[in-house]
Amino acid sequence: MSFELIGISVLWLFLFGYIIVASIDFGAGFFNAYSVLTNKQHIISNIIQRYLSPVWEVTNVFLVFFFVGMVGFFPGTAYFYGTILLVPASISIVLLAIRGAYYAFTTYGRLKSKFWTYLYGFSGLFIPASLSIVLTISEGGFIYIEDTRIILNYFALFASPLTWSIVILSLTSVLYISAVFLTWYANKAEDKNAAELMRKYALSWALPAIITALGIIVELRLHNPIHYNRLLDVWWLFVISFALFLITLRLIWVRKKYGVAFTVLVFQFLVAFFAYGVSHYPYLLYPHLTVTEGFTSEAMAIALIIAFIAGLCLLIPSLYLILKLFLFNKEYVQGKAK
Amino acid sequence: MDNEQAVFYSRVLTELTLTFHIIYATIGVGVPLMIFIAQWLGIKKQDEHYILLARRWTRGFIITVAVGVVTGTAIGLQLNLLWPTFMELAGNVIALPLFMETFAFFFEAIFLGIYLYTWDRFENQKKHMLLLIPVAVGASFSAIFITMVNAFMNAPQGFEMADGNLINVQPLIAMFNPAMPTKVAHVLATAYMTSAFILASIGAYRMLKGSDHVYHKKALLLTIKIGLVFSVASAIIGDFAGKYLAAYQPEKLAAMEWHFETEEGAALTLFGILQNGNEIKYSLELPYALSILAHGNPNAKVIGLDQFPAENIPPLYIHYLFNTMVLIGMGVTILALMYIIGKFLKRQFIYRRFFLWLIVTSGPLCMVAIEAGWWLAEVGRQPWVLRGILRTEDAATTSNQVDLMLYLFIGLYLILGIASAIVLIRMFRSNPVERELADMKGRG
Ligand code: HDD
Ligand code: HEM
Ligand code: HEM
Repeated sequence: MSFELIGISVLWLFLFGYIIVASIDFGAGFFNAYSVLTNKQHIISNIIQRYLSPVWEVTNVFLVFFFVGMVGFFPGTAYFYGTILLVPASISIVLLAIRGAYYAFTTYGRLKSKFWTYLYGFSGLFIPASLSIVLTISEGGFIYIEDTRIILNYFALFASPLTWSIVILSLTSVLYISAVFLTWYANKAEDKNAAELMRKYALSWALPAIITALGIIVELRLHNPIHYNRLLDVWWLFVISFALFLITLRLIWVRKKYGVAFTVLVFQFLVAFFAYGVSHYPYLLYPHLTVTEGFTSEAMAIALIIAFIAGLCLLIPSLYLILKLFLFNKEYVQGKAK
Repeated sequence: MDNEQAVFYSRVLTELTLTFHIIYATIGVGVPLMIFIAQWLGIKKQDEHYILLARRWTRGFIITVAVGVVTGTAIGLQLNLLWPTFMELAGNVIALPLFMETFAFFFEAIFLGIYLYTWDRFENQKKHMLLLIPVAVGASFSAIFITMVNAFMNAPQGFEMADGNLINVQPLIAMFNPAMPTKVAHVLATAYMTSAFILASIGAYRMLKGSDHVYHKKALLLTIKIGLVFSVASAIIGDFAGKYLAAYQPEKLAAMEWHFETEEGAALTLFGILQNGNEIKYSLELPYALSILAHGNPNAKVIGLDQFPAENIPPLYIHYLFNTMVLIGMGVTILALMYIIGKFLKRQFIYRRFFLWLIVTSGPLCMVAIEAGWWLAEVGRQPWVLRGILRTEDAATTSNQVDLMLYLFIGLYLILGIASAIVLIRMFRSNPVERELADMKGRG
């Protein structure tokens, strides 16, 4: 395996990790706010708080890992994406900052008012929407180069149906992933009401999620035929992903094995995400930058990979510990242990 | 917007973000160590006051961490957005410590999450305390790694340029550059020192507000002791930082000392103002002191600004920044020393109002010194982003919207700064120590 391939696979995997943990987080914040709005907070707020509190900072690090690693392995992206993303990424930063800080202020700082809960909950939906713009831009067609300047064509970007289908996909999948996870979590906590409510949400967001995912493929055909054809080359991965989707849906429907349902869901997204990634390869930005052009020197690549392996040796046991204490610990989940 | 303006706004925005982040980052580096020491003393002495100290500090700490995390994420992204050319080059050569920093963050974040939610979960208190070690180590290592990157900007090495291409990259050589040892050590020592004095300020303030519980006296003695140790360490390491500058960045040293002419047995200029370009007025000259600071020898030759072309000389106002930093450092060291001696001799002056007020100022003053130190280090590197390799004006983004982004972030930092201050104040006011101690007794 070439160094480029190792690098991009590792980053893709961490981006995937971020998407899953952040979806749970964003969706949970939204459901929490929504339940306050509809006066159902007594049913699910507790569950949501108990899961989110210990892990919110870890979620953020996944994102940091992704963009720092990207600049490390592919410094060429710093130049291209750095220049074009000034406005969209700054907006994402502001949303992330407000949301993260106010989460801490309300949870630990006795800043209690409905206003913050709403701010926190609804800003969580704008973040995936604004971050997903990067994926759209990477499909190409929205930037042009004038002399030596790289310029983003906002009009083309916001007028494109591809942009909006990716935004909608990001929203529906956030809510779907989160609802399935919280169904499982609430069920573990033996909180019947919360589990039922979350199950209802999971079922209602399943169809929109899968429809928007199909929508993207259609849009891509018009927008970027090269990528579209390469997607078709790996059609069987999408079939697998769809099959996994049906399994999750079925399990939730018959109220069985929510843990398995969530695991299957993770694999469903993993397969689809890698199918998308594989077909995007080798382009980091259509058609300006490929993995090879943007890659760092061999010496740096080796150093980063060694650091990565050493880092994983620290990370995996620690992640295991936090999961064991807060996710797989019955007492904590049920709110008996503090 | 033309390029010059884009550079200008990019600089202002970078300065703003870093200046804001460093407040929370410094607390983030130093306070876990203080919490650890307090909890360790509490367990060792079986004294619940220290345990409570650790608990209360932790509660405040979470708020500052949150702001540290989000502003840190902001800088990390913003450096790419505002300085794409610099980051492309930096990514090629100095990405290793940046990458390792993210593991330090992971480590810290995970164990902080566990620590916060397991106060009452372990039979053995010591086990809970051990969870703090990875938090403190992770925080300090994030400071170490990021400072390595900054050191590289001052003394870039570990690569070669051939027709605009980077060749022969050696990540470890880039990481262990000559600026690294003093910079890393100074940043760590001053972070611990500042955190200690900030906590001392809080203790002194509570005593001024009429609380004379022994809890506060214990807190004060502990934090001032720690503060003293690290302030002495900071001064010694700062002296080495000066020697590093003399050897590797003589233009920065000369500019910050207003040392215009190369000479032997150079005097150190303290205070003063500059008139007509290079006339120094109202200053205090310490004979031979600059030669000692720069080379440890009263007769050594110190290179002056006359040796450099005008376009490579940093702004001369960094002299004021240097003076501010050193004065504050000296001042709080003397203050801490007086407190310890007064305590030892059982003198009452250390609990007098004016003395307590002095202690209250020490924490904020240290933060001012941190800011002054960073501005000195960064402005003193101008006109370079990477000294000798890449000029600041060539590194900035070519985007047209930097000014709008500046206003956006000013708004963000106002909101975060004010809210975090309000939350912290409310947290401690609504739950005074006395009440909490009584509650603990009540629970038995
Ligand atoms: C509480 C804060 C504090 C205090 C009391 C001091 N410093 Fe400092 N100083 C810093 C906080 C700081 C800093 C924020 O940590 C800096 C900025 C960048 C860096 O590497 O450390 C710094 C930089 C810095 C530099 C520039 C290094 C460079 O640009 O490479 C020098 C020469 C000194 N310091 C020297 C001193 C001396 C001789 C002190 C004597 C008391 C001193 N500092 C006290
Ligand atoms: C956290 C402590 C830091 C503070 C408070 C700080 C502050 C500053 C200031 C005030 C400037 C402006 C100099 C000028 O415009 O005259 C500057 C420049 C710069 N700093 Fe730092 N800095 C810090 C650490 C770092 C680190 C660790 C890095 C790199 C990883 C860095 C990257 C830069 C860059 C790229 C510039 C160039 C932009 C400019 O010159 O304005 N800084 N910084
Ligand atoms: C240009 C310079 C810097 C960059 C790019 C940067 C980047 C970051 C990022 C991305 C985070 C959030 C990590 C997370 O999600 O947990 C963060 C937090 C943090 N940073 Fe910075 N940082 C810089 C300067 C500094 C400096 C100079 C120090 C120390 C003196 C420092 C110490 C910390 C610490 C300790 C945290 C953890 C949060 C906390 O405990 O408060 N950073 N930084």
